[in-house]
Amino acid sequence: MLDSALEVLRLQAAGEASAVEIAERALDAIEASQSTHNAYTHVDRESAVAAAKSVDAKRAAGQPLGALAGVPIAVKDVLCTSDMPTTCSSEMLRGFRPPYDATVVGKLRAADAVIVGKTNMDEFAMGASTETSAFGITKNPWDTSRTPGGSSGGAAAAVAAGTVPLSLGTDTGGSIRQPAAFCGVTGLKPTYGRVSRYGLVAFASSLDQIGPMAWSADECALLMNVIAGFEPRDSTSLDQAVPDFTLATESNDLRGVRIGVLRESAQAEGIDESIRNAVKHAIGVFAELGAEIVDVDLPHREYWVPTYYVIAPSEASSNLSRYDGAHYGHRAGAEAKDLVSMYCRSRAEGFGAEVKRRIMIGTYALSEGYADEYYNKALKVRRLIRGDYDAAFSQVDLMLGPVTPTPAFPLGDKIDDPIQMYLCDLFTVGANLAGVPAISLPGGFDPSGLPIGIQLQAPTLEESRLLFAASAFQSATDYHTQRPNQ
Amino acid sequence: MSQLPTTTIIGLEVHVQLKTATKLFCGCSTKFGSPPNTQVCPVCLGLPGALPVINEHAIELAIRAGLAINCDIPPLTKWDRKQYFYPDLPKGYQISQFDLPICADGCLEIVDPADADATRRIGITRAHLEEDAGKSMHDEAAGRADSRIDLNRCGTPLLEIVSEPDLRTAEEALAYLTKLKEIMTHLGVSDCEMQEGSLRVDANVNLHIDKHGQRIATPIVEVKNMNSFRNVVAALHFEVDRQYAEWEETGHTIETHGKRTFGWDDVKGVTYPQREKEESADYRYFPCPDLLPIRIPSERVEEIRGSLGETPEETRERLQSQYGIKAYDADVIVSQGRAMVEYFDAVAMASGEGKRASSWIQQDVMRTLKEQGGDIESFGVTAEQLAQLLSKVSSGELTNDRARDVFKHLSENGGDVDQAIKALGIEAVDDSEMETLVKELLTANPKVVDDVKNGNQKAVGSLIGQARGKNPNANPQKVREIALRLIEQA
Repeated sequence: MLDSALEVLRLQAAGEASAVEIAERALDAIEASQSTHNAYTHVDRESAVAAAKSVDAKRAAGQPLGALAGVPIAVKDVLCTSDMPTTCSSEMLRGFRPPYDATVVGKLRAADAVIVGKTNMDEFAMGASTETSAFGITKNPWDTSRTPGGSSGGAAAAVAAGTVPLSLGTDTGGSIRQPAAFCGVTGLKPTYGRVSRYGLVAFASSLDQIGPMAWSADECALLMNVIAGFEPRDSTSLDQAVPDFTLATESNDLRGVRIGVLRESAQAEGIDESIRNAVKHAIGVFAELGAEIVDVDLPHREYWVPTYYVIAPSEASSNLSRYDGAHYGHRAGAEAKDLVSMYCRSRAEGFGAEVKRRIMIGTYALSEGYADEYYNKALKVRRLIRGDYDAAFSQVDLMLGPVTPTPAFPLGDKIDDPIQMYLCDLFTVGANLAGVPAISLPGGFDPSGLPIGIQLQAPTLEESRLLFAASAFQSATDYHTQRPNQ
Repeated sequence: MSQLPTTTIIGLEVHVQLKTATKLFCGCSTKFGSPPNTQVCPVCLGLPGALPVINEHAIELAIRAGLAINCDIPPLTKWDRKQYFYPDLPKGYQISQFDLPICADGCLEIVDPADADATRRIGITRAHLEEDAGKSMHDEAAGRADSRIDLNRCGTPLLEIVSEPDLRTAEEALAYLTKLKEIMTHLGVSDCEMQEGSLRVDANVNLHIDKHGQRIATPIVEVKNMNSFRNVVAALHFEVDRQYAEWEETGHTIETHGKRTFGWDDVKGVTYPQREKEESADYRYFPCPDLLPIRIPSERVEEIRGSLGETPEETRERLQSQYGIKAYDADVIVSQGRAMVEYFDAVAMASGEGKRASSWIQQDVMRTLKEQGGDIESFGVTAEQLAQLLSKVSSGELTNDRARDVFKHLSENGGDVDQAIKALGIEAVDDSEMETLVKELLTANPKVVDDVKNGNQKAVGSLIGQARGKNPNANPQKVREIALRLIEQA
């Protein structure tokens, strides 16, 4: 029951379970899994039950109910919540309570969803393993010796562990899709600007996007309907009509759909055989559903990761300047004798190693005399990358490829090797640099039983097309219905 | 030792606070003088997750200002982040404009202070929009060495107008600033209240010394924190002498010592070094990813250009010729800004009394505004009402004194002129009533009658005060006429 929002809605409508009962079940499941998986940084039983009670009361009074009435949902701890701490899994913001809700959080409340807690993540969303969190690592529910991926590792694990049917993650370079792949769930990174970023604590503002995570594309569509849409408080929000995304999942007929395959990407070195096989298998499934398979190339693909690792840290170095100990968050104690030492100590104590590393990279890339060599050059390459996408999407409707080079890797495996960690974004960052939507969906298992994700990318604003194709794939396969042994 | 021939090179950076009701990137009020941290929100505090949204009115005001100082308005402008750490800068960066400012390549013509018949053209490099920072207050709680931060000012829109180093004397700098302030006030772009910080000046100054045909440049000094035009002039004079003396003593030049930042100590009348800029600050400018670039269609620029109306000079000349008022009076009215000019125009036009309107506005209206602390747009006595009042004075229906009473009543209570006259119990006194009153007075004052008969008509004056004592509505002119007629008839 806690693996399907649609089932939760049905149970309540049929009078088989109340919102409070469902919330209690979710909270109990969290309590049972937390010591094993540590998917949450904060759980608020009291406010969750109160929210569920008000849903039950509304239903009893015959009042209209929101689209997610009584559905338990977990929210990544990078989204502002006025009634719960927002920490970004950092010492810097431990205990910080924003005076306002992120727009998406407000939309969840308006849809009568029950927010049960905040999910663990890599500190300030920097990482691919949820090992940089100041609140301890999150473990992959399929194999607790492995990482759930990152930075939305907690959001993916919360779904995979069966604590909630839906969660919200954020994706700057693959942070929804990679953990979705590692945890065997479906995760959608919408078009940049499709979902308001207001109240999303910024990592790299020009790349960040909020998106849904759930077992299936149908359930992601349900959540997309609630969170998408123009908002004047976010200047980069797109003033575009929002379709009913759930309609996209009603047909399985892919005849006439041209799917481009990044063939050489699946053959590149360092890619696990099981991933290669899963992509090959997915091509077959799509072909059987009627899609036309076409080879495509994104010529500047080799520059994705280096471009990303200049632009994202540059923006991060600026966005994280506000954590200086002066106004809120962690402040160094009495040993700081003057202003500058207060800044230095507060930041030295508040930030973890990965965040510091990226601040240093970004500061260097933006500094006088180096900006042209790094930051400005990266902006130029980013334009070329967008051009590649435009050219590719003039030939095909969707692109298919891997999400990650390997299935979930063991905890501790890459944490001391930042370059290896950065290569986890090899296949995902392109969509962020180009601003296009992309989805990760369960596409098989490796010989040891670890889930494997496959990725579909679509032109700007074509989330419906992604959900349509993903849902068709899921009607023909059962990978998204598999659950970890717990 | 005689001084070598020296040229002073001055460039000014003027920060003008734009007269918007709300801040540059959020809906918080820009009102001055509220209790600390009462005009703030997540956006202007830079709280995690908050995002800026541009205030369109600030863009319009910046374009108005730019056009008035002969700038180009490029079709595309964008926002950049300027990074530095400071406690009153909550985000750790300021949203400003770096390489694509909203206004570029302008100029201002000033009267040459050394030759009233000549003008000087001062180049304006650029004018860009930026958000203001907050205010640090140190050791304000008596006896405690603490620092407090007021972020009310955070996010207030500023236009930074940067001149070319074309100014040669402190007097030229003063003329430039005076003219700039006049234009900004006249256009309603800014209040330019230096005490409230809505106009702030930094001056870059150095000397070019001619030593036997060889030009030697002294290090550039940027003087900050000048809060009045008088201080700018004093600081520039001081800096010219100081730089020459320093050069004689040390031989430092721009090549060896570059640029430094100085402050101005108003009490001691000296400039003093603030921090050495040997290693210039690295602001790491980059385009602000939270805000889209702004496209400004040329039609919009032309529309704003069309709405600029006459320049302050044109207005001054027109007021003198149209209403016959003196240059000084025209200047006072124009210096109050366009809204005041419009008010004056309306009063003078409707009453047909330009001079009277000018003196009433300079005295009564401006004094009342100062007392009430408002602006002319929201003033309680409308131009129509004042015009009506002045017409009644010129027709003899009201005395100046009674008209002042009516004015005061209107400014305090509102309502219309007739209601005010009624409320104050002012009534026209009819002629027969007046004649009876004057007769009584003549009987009681035989000496006045004698004096007038002996040719001293001024003696009647003492009756006027008495008449108004008995009836405050008595018209002095009428009293005089009737008294003289009766004495003659007697």
